[in-house]
Amino acid sequence: MSTVKFEPKIVAFFCNWCTYTAADLAGVSRLKYAPNVRVIRVMCSGRVDPQFVVEAFAKGADGVLLGGCHPGDCHYAEGNYKTLRRMKMLERMLKAMGVEDGRFRLEWISGAEGDKVRSVVNEMTEKVRSLGPLDLPGKFREWDKEIEELEARVKASEAEEEKIHA
Amino acid sequence: MPKKDHKTNGLPRVGFYICHCGSNIAGTIDVAAVREYAAGLPGVAVARDYKYMCSDPGQELIASDIEKYGLERIVVSACSPNLHEETFRKAAAKGGLNPFRVQMVNIREHASWVHTDRASATEKAKDLARAAVARVVHHRALERKRVPVDPNVLVVGGGIAGIHAALTLANAGKKVTLVEKEATIGGHMALFDKTFPTLDCAACILTPKMSAVKAHPNIRLWTWSEVEKVEGYVGNYKVTVKRKPRYVNEDLCVGCMECIDACVYKEPKFHDKFNQGLGKRKPVYIDFPQATPKVVLVDPETCLQLKTGKCQKKCASVCDRNAFDFGQKERSEEIQVGSIVLATGFRTYDAKKDKQYGYGRYPGVYTALEVERLVNASGPTSGEIKLRDGREPKAVGIIHCVGSRDEKSNKWCSRVCCMYSLKLAHLIKEHSGAEVYNFYIDMRAPGKAYEEFYDKLLGEGVHFVRGRVAEVTDWAVSPEEEGKLVMRVEDTLAGIVRRIPVDMVVLSTGLEPQADAQEVRRRFNIGCGSEGFFQERHPKLAPVNTFTDGVYIAGACQGPRDIPDTVAQAGAAAAEALALIDAGHVELEPNTSAVAEAECSGCKTCVPLCPYGAVSFDEAKRKAAINEVLCKGCGVCAAACPSGSITQNLFGDDEIFSEIEGVLAK
Repeated sequence: MSTVKFEPKIVAFFCNWCTYTAADLAGVSRLKYAPNVRVIRVMCSGRVDPQFVVEAFAKGADGVLLGGCHPGDCHYAEGNYKTLRRMKMLERMLKAMGVEDGRFRLEWISGAEGDKVRSVVNEMTEKVRSLGPLDLPGKFREWDKEIEELEARVKASEAEEEKIHA
Repeated sequence: MPKKDHKTNGLPRVGFYICHCGSNIAGTIDVAAVREYAAGLPGVAVARDYKYMCSDPGQELIASDIEKYGLERIVVSACSPNLHEETFRKAAAKGGLNPFRVQMVNIREHASWVHTDRASATEKAKDLARAAVARVVHHRALERKRVPVDPNVLVVGGGIAGIHAALTLANAGKKVTLVEKEATIGGHMALFDKTFPTLDCAACILTPKMSAVKAHPNIRLWTWSEVEKVEGYVGNYKVTVKRKPRYVNEDLCVGCMECIDACVYKEPKFHDKFNQGLGKRKPVYIDFPQATPKVVLVDPETCLQLKTGKCQKKCASVCDRNAFDFGQKERSEEIQVGSIVLATGFRTYDAKKDKQYGYGRYPGVYTALEVERLVNASGPTSGEIKLRDGREPKAVGIIHCVGSRDEKSNKWCSRVCCMYSLKLAHLIKEHSGAEVYNFYIDMRAPGKAYEEFYDKLLGEGVHFVRGRVAEVTDWAVSPEEEGKLVMRVEDTLAGIVRRIPVDMVVLSTGLEPQADAQEVRRRFNIGCGSEGFFQERHPKLAPVNTFTDGVYIAGACQGPRDIPDTVAQAGAAAAEALALIDAGHVELEPNTSAVAEAECSGCKTCVPLCPYGAVSFDEAKRKAAINEVLCKGCGVCAAACPSGSITQNLFGDDEIFSEIEGVLAK
């Protein structure tokens, strides 16, 4: 029996001034890291609406990484503090939704920390790999199917009852 | 005229271009496979690959395709947008397309350079291509906002870099404010006696430039001052400068220094920072005779009048200009400038940290800066090389790379230590006739006439020992070592361990970022590298620019460098500022946010979030409003808006959601 090795898909939101630049630096320095991350550039980590994270999971991401400037270093003065506040709340919500710890990660990576991009991406890829696929779209389909079956059963029994009463 | 040979199903027609970047991308990513894949994506009317997209023919390809295929959007899959986004926007504009209808995919820095597996890197490039094509459809046509540039410039730091930048700008007719935190300009260069490799006197070449700064009608010199706060944006900065009290009216003092003679302290007895503590000064003092401005100042820590309020104030009574003002207070002044040159310099490594060399424990151990003052004719010993105990050294050992090229302290090469060690070796030998030993790891002399200077020193009979000194000790093991400092070193050329007794040890300390570099860079909203020096925008192509437009860096605040390189960089920073000023205006990135009034519920969530006060609440309409001029485009308000009525240009919800869906769709 052959099994295809699970390769996690991680969506990353990187702020332009620190973490995106750090990822550029990692490239210029030819550091090597896992190819599982897909970076979406935003000007500030504060632009990341918690809905973006939820949407990424809903569309099939196995992990979501959010990278911003270190506290006190935000290019926009304090955007990263707002990120922190929002994401702390989001983390609780994700837990309630059944998204395990480690699938969502918030990291402060400065423009000089190319090596941190490498280590964070590698660590996270390993972590998510060990957690296995999240596959929310698959779960949605299952749940939809269950609901449909339930509906069908309810309809069937209603029809049954109508027959009896008729 | 759009050609009807390709169906895009009503979607805007997208042109997709993927760059080989020679082998930089094509070496790791199957460029042809990505191109073929992209050609099949919805909306893509044409997909091409090319050796170098950023080259003229590459750009031309985009421009001509726009007309040929009626393209309405462009995706370029190449390097980082931080490098070439502007290039491809211009190419699109040349073809008649709004430049903001371009999206870049970063498959070099973020893929080909960081991955080794061709299949997965290619897969990643396809995912990113799909996301960009999905997102670019939503790109709207945008206009750049033009704002005028204030022609005034702020230069921070009055060392040779700041001096040169200020003079260059002032000579071009721009008004410059030069802010220096010390009481005089001149910086480290003012401490030196001679400069390598020409051995011309530092003061002789520096002081005329210092005087020129003071005398220049276009330069306002604020010493004993520090920048407190910076607000605004490129072309329009509002800077608050803290002016510390000198207790002497700068406009009245002529620098006659009679007050110093008159001071109730008959002898100088306080730590003289300028002379590295080797000399003493009085509470009223001037750093050195050519200090600029030539104005005395009073140290509140040591002045009797300022400490106790009880002093005969002889200084004030001998001053016929009535310049003394013991009631002076610290004050803040606000200035408006369009650009800023940061030239805040460096500090030297704290030699006390390398305990094995005994600095601070053995009086015979000196730092190189202290020796600069000792060999200086205007220094505390008038140029005579005398040890702290008054003896003249017969043998001197100079240890290179103290706080440089060391895993335990600083990993970098400080670039100047080899050369200044050679210079000091020459000067010590010239002034005292002592035997001089240089202990080096590698001799680095890569500058014009530098290697020749090394050759000259070899010919002068200076000894060179290749090896990192293990220890400096006063533990004598033979009669000739009695009363000496013994340098234990493995001579790696001779392959033996040696003990060399000397009277004086000089530690060639390396260059480090200023102690407050982190605070300063935050104040000016720029970055630092991991070692703490200010980060340039690009190490090769934008060495004096920073990530904050209108803020430039020059000199050793960006990394260790010598005087010629510093002056060249200061000139470059001045030229960048001039380019900005002479353009007269800047075009701001149109990534600002806006409120769709009809959808705004007036909840005010966004109002307190904006750090720039760009979001206000219109009480009459009960709607939020964003001032486009103040908005810097972070998007924090757009993320917070519960009704989704705030849109950030280029980073709208529709754009980001389609990008998310794009990277994940299969």
